[in-house]
Amino acid sequence: MRLQYPSNIKIVSIPCTGKVDLIYILRAFEKGADGVYVVGCMEGECRFEKGNIRARKRVEQARHILESIGVGGERVRMYNLSSSEAPHFVRYAKEMTEKIRELGPNPIKMAKEKMAA
Amino acid sequence: MIVAKQKPVEEIIEEAKEYDKILLAGCNECVTVCEAGGKKEVAVLASALRMYFMNQGKDLKIDEVTLERQCDHEYLEEIRNTIDQYDAVISLACGVGVQFMAEKYMQMPILPGVDTCFMGVTEERGVWTERCQGCGQCVLAKTGGICPVSRCAKRLFNGPCGGSTKGCCEINKDLLCGWQLIVDRLTELGRLEDYEKLAPIKDWSTERAGGPRKVIREDVRL
Repeated sequence: MRLQYPSNIKIVSIPCTGKVDLIYILRAFEKGADGVYVVGCMEGECRFEKGNIRARKRVEQARHILESIGVGGERVRMYNLSSSEAPHFVRYAKEMTEKIRELGPNPIKMAKEKMAA
Repeated sequence: MIVAKQKPVEEIIEEAKEYDKILLAGCNECVTVCEAGGKKEVAVLASALRMYFMNQGKDLKIDEVTLERQCDHEYLEEIRNTIDQYDAVISLACGVGVQFMAEKYMQMPILPGVDTCFMGVTEERGVWTERCQGCGQCVLAKTGGICPVSRCAKRLFNGPCGGSTKGCCEINKDLLCGWQLIVDRLTELGRLEDYEKLAPIKDWSTERAGGPRKVIREDVRL
């Protein structure tokens, strides 16, 4: 299909979203990511049974922590799609990019730059 | 194991805000199993604190360590040579570990990172329930292996109270009646006659009511 999605998105490949740990998400923000979204298989269709359910829980945990520390819970979210749904992948990429643009840059990145200056 | 739950990040931030260099110390035992204060939770809390204080314009230095146990001298000794570099320690061990570390390092503020709850089991992933209150005089042999001290809200010793309804306790409909469990288990064991035996008045002096307790074993003491 050769569909285009926003070039600002950096993909981190993992064998299953069940591999996503809470600390991976937090470290991405610590390193300056403006937003993180996890794209897993459809719920109920995980090859490893509960990988995407585990990922959703961890995304929820990250959301809660980011909200508590003033970074903003909306910067992280979970999407589900099947591997043949490329148009959905593009739609989610655009949706997330727009959402993050609305929210503005990661405040941690801004604070870091300010402190370094 | 000793079951603990994580304190809200906001509470820890409030306690930690006056310090610049903090050591975050996890424990590899019970709190790791109940996912409150192990290596993973240490990493997550450290990251959250770093980000919060960075956002506030404060470059908080946080180091992470997870000790094998915080309730034994030998493991607490592992940080003796490095602890002086910090202004405070946030311990993610249970209350026992926090206190033992505080006793050992008198000059160092030791802040608790978890709320210690009870001695219990992992019923399922993410669900922990109480099983023992350490009363110091175990009666499980007489009660079918179910503890009336920890499983009965009133700690009754001779059958349920009038509040036991359909196998549940009157204080909470989701809480199973300890004595119903005991009767069910004695029935399964074919030992329901044990239920008829009157239990004498319990000596609560071995429980917390008798003040802080101590176990001394001269045969193993060095």
